[in-house]
Amino acid sequence: MVRRALDRKLWRDLWRMRGQVLAIALIMASGIGVLITGLTNVEALEETARAYYERYRFADIFAQVKRAPKRIAAQIADLPGVQTVETRVVRNAVLEIAGFEEPVVGRLVSVPANGGGLLNRLAMRAGRLPHARAANEVVVSEPFAEAHDLRIESRLRAILNGTWRELTVVGIALSPEYVYAIGPGALMPDDQRFGVLWMDEETLQAAFDLEGAFNDVSIALLRGADVEATIEAVDRILERYGGIGASSRDDQISNWFLMNEIAQLRKLAHILPAIFLAVAAFLTNMVLARLIALERSEIGLLKAFGYGRREIAWHYTKFVVVIGVIGVLLGWIAGYILGKHNTQLYAQFFHFPFLLYRPGPMPFVLGLVIGVGAALAGAWRSVRNAANLAPAQAMLPPAPPMFRRTRLSEVRWLANIEQLTRIILRQVGRWPMRSFTTCAGIAMSVAVLIVALQWIDATDHMVNVYFQQAQSQDVSVSFIEPRSTEVARDLSRLPGVMVVEPMLFAPAKLRFGAREERESLQGLPAEQQLYRVFDASGRALRLADEGVMISSMLADLLGVQRGDRITVELLTGRRDTFTVPVSGIFETYLGSPAYIELGALARRLKERPTASTVHLRVDPLQLPTLLRKLTELPRLSSITLKSAAIVTFNETMAQTIMIFVSFFIVFSGALAFGVTYNAARIALSERGRELATLRVLGFTRAEISYLLVGEIALLALLALPLGCLVGHVLARLIVAAFKTELFRVPFVIEPSTYAWAMISALLATAGSVILVRRRLDRLDLIGVLKTRE
Amino acid sequence: MSVAAPSATDRPILEGRALSKIYRTGEVEVQALRGVDIELRAGELIVLLGASGSGKSTLLNILGGLDTPTSGTVHFKGLDLSALDDAGLTRYRRDHVGFVFQFYNLIPSLTAVENVQLVTEVAAQPMRPEEALELVGLGHRMHHFPAQLSGGEQQRVAIARAIAKRPDLLLCDEPTGALDSPTGVLVLEAIERIHDELGTTTALITHNSVIADMAHRVLVMRDGAIHEDRPNPTRRRARELSW
Repeated sequence: MVRRALDRKLWRDLWRMRGQVLAIALIMASGIGVLITGLTNVEALEETARAYYERYRFADIFAQVKRAPKRIAAQIADLPGVQTVETRVVRNAVLEIAGFEEPVVGRLVSVPANGGGLLNRLAMRAGRLPHARAANEVVVSEPFAEAHDLRIESRLRAILNGTWRELTVVGIALSPEYVYAIGPGALMPDDQRFGVLWMDEETLQAAFDLEGAFNDVSIALLRGADVEATIEAVDRILERYGGIGASSRDDQISNWFLMNEIAQLRKLAHILPAIFLAVAAFLTNMVLARLIALERSEIGLLKAFGYGRREIAWHYTKFVVVIGVIGVLLGWIAGYILGKHNTQLYAQFFHFPFLLYRPGPMPFVLGLVIGVGAALAGAWRSVRNAANLAPAQAMLPPAPPMFRRTRLSEVRWLANIEQLTRIILRQVGRWPMRSFTTCAGIAMSVAVLIVALQWIDATDHMVNVYFQQAQSQDVSVSFIEPRSTEVARDLSRLPGVMVVEPMLFAPAKLRFGAREERESLQGLPAEQQLYRVFDASGRALRLADEGVMISSMLADLLGVQRGDRITVELLTGRRDTFTVPVSGIFETYLGSPAYIELGALARRLKERPTASTVHLRVDPLQLPTLLRKLTELPRLSSITLKSAAIVTFNETMAQTIMIFVSFFIVFSGALAFGVTYNAARIALSERGRELATLRVLGFTRAEISYLLVGEIALLALLALPLGCLVGHVLARLIVAAFKTELFRVPFVIEPSTYAWAMISALLATAGSVILVRRRLDRLDLIGVLKTRE
Repeated sequence: MSVAAPSATDRPILEGRALSKIYRTGEVEVQALRGVDIELRAGELIVLLGASGSGKSTLLNILGGLDTPTSGTVHFKGLDLSALDDAGLTRYRRDHVGFVFQFYNLIPSLTAVENVQLVTEVAAQPMRPEEALELVGLGHRMHHFPAQLSGGEQQRVAIARAIAKRPDLLLCDEPTGALDSPTGVLVLEAIERIHDELGTTTALITHNSVIADMAHRVLVMRDGAIHEDRPNPTRRRARELSW
């Protein structure tokens, strides 16, 4: 194929401007890369989850009861829309693992003897299921096995209904129910301190006095069945057996976390690329406008030769399309690699037996369209200007840049500054749009970094408020069923226990008007010493004798205000329904809790004051002894160490957040670098003559560098506070966008975050300036001066 | 070899010996100067005449410290320019040389007076910028930006900028090249006035032989060498010139 002369010019232009072309392409690639990473991650997670759920028959509805006879299952199966019903025994128990001193909680889940049941089937990773009536055989969850180096034939001990039992691992498995396995009262998965154990059904029935009965039911629905109606029907059936309300798959904790993560990822995949692509469009505009200005006479000449408007427009459009395509290709590669890497990280975090990373063409096509589209949008004006140039006019040199006196130049302090600085200021004032673009680019770089680092600040803040200020217990002990508060007195006699505080969870339905929410009422002493009800602003709250104190999230969900009376339907005790005033609303980051005074709750339950959990403050020296004593307590459900929870929280956060933060740092650097590099190169090409003149007049390299560097430094200086402001606003928006029922990221930005964001942007800026600065040394003094621009 | 001019002394302040300059661009080699000897005496006004490509600009650039010779030496008041590095040459230009170019090369973002201040701020014993502009007859336009001035006015600002630091040497490269005859004469008058009032040693490059009439001495260059070096005993005033 014979390449036309115009195309050769195109390639040479691109090569000559390769630095700038690459800078724009890199910024574009960052945007496309994040877009593709995000979209393919979303796709992979959704596809993996869908396939996993389908293959292993993840149930549609879940319900817990105190104790229901097995025959009830048939009643549920008869409900319209129900496809499969499976009943189980599910209980927490304290485990003991050789070599691990801290308390471990196991969730014991029954598996039917008939080959693993119909729903929530196990994905066996090793070994086999327990044999029927094999009382000591257990299948353990894979992450838990890995955390404790458990293999087939490994042994561990569990307290089943007050007696220690020796268990042998016969299998290692994963379950669609525990993709995200979170222990009781924990915020984050902790595979060392919480594990799922599957055992023979009859064995567990016998161990927990549930012969011929169940306490957990899973239901699969036919396609198109009415979930809400089924849940109501199931609730009616289970009510008299101590049902605490069925929930759909959407509210199943593991699935909820997974879907939540996918939703956040999707948001991220939309917000960030928009920033990068907008900047790329800006830069394309700047570079192309300059290129066309330099090539005015050539355009005139081409037109004089008979090239039409369309050919000229197409020529420059191709220039932009090539930049766009380079950016898109780099973005594709980066997006694919990061997407795959990230999905693998997700696979570690969420436990899938397999991972489907098979990105379809859509994210890539979308990337191409958006990338090239952004470039074209940026170039449109310049291309149109080039096409519209009249040949005769185009061959004349452009009018000299017009500077006029402005009100600014009359300002007195300006009269006293030296000329080089004056040149800088006039330059900025003469091209406010261009200056603004550079400024905005650097500012966005700062802002993006603030948004990223804000997550670290927020997490630290959350840990501080939640663990350090609000909770001052060292150990929390939970029981399978609520115990009389006398248990607290018993516990206070154990070695090392300094303070005890009872707490009672009562599952309930809260109603206001037409709205209803399922939420446990948490009963606490009016003045808490250990587990304190804490406002996000750091105030400890006193519980009123009458009334409930609810979190603002719950208040929003119910649409209530302080003083409104809400209806409470207790799902435990005698299942009373009563109304109670909202005595206060407080802000919290986690969940949507409702607190009530312990005595008041007991009165409503028509029971003596009871406790389902007791918080303890402990003498650290006696902690090991105490833990040994605690594990021997009967009917224990879990023992939680606060220090371990903090460590887990931080580790998990570090894993997930740091990955994102490091992406952001790279991207934000690319942004600042790309923007300033382009600005400096354009300034150099436009003002080479001016700079050379100054050199001839006897100004040193350092002095003329000041002109170029000074301008960018000035813009950077303006950009820093602007970036902090934009980052502040953007972080606020993102925090709001990421708000979920379970989790609200506090809006906290430490001063050091602003500082780091600014330093990082300055370093990237300095890097690009140094690159351009080297070109000043090669300035051709004589050549520049002899020619008319 | 030379004729004493009314205001010139015999003491050379700038002396080039056996200057040659070879430009290499790719595989092409161009010898721009071939062993040129030249002296500029204090207070003298010389005109370098020559066709384009004769080497006159190259010579001026070397004398002004913008370029270095391939071989040969240049001495300014005993200072060996060929031994200076980039910083040294910058210093030399800053302290001793004033340049005027064909295309003025004013800084577009600075007004006339600010363009002059650019130089006076870094000079050792400058005149007041306003004074420099008065000398070239532009006292009334000093707050205009280059884009608001005519070509002749811009060139006079450039001259004011060149002489405001009281340079030892004023080098003008085709200062009237971009101007019509009456405007060119105005610019030459400005150069002449500076020379008369300050006694600045001045070298002026042109391909316009009419301008040679205002010089003390005329050097004609051809093919990179000085073809003719003749005194001009019948100097004419700039305003008498026209072309």
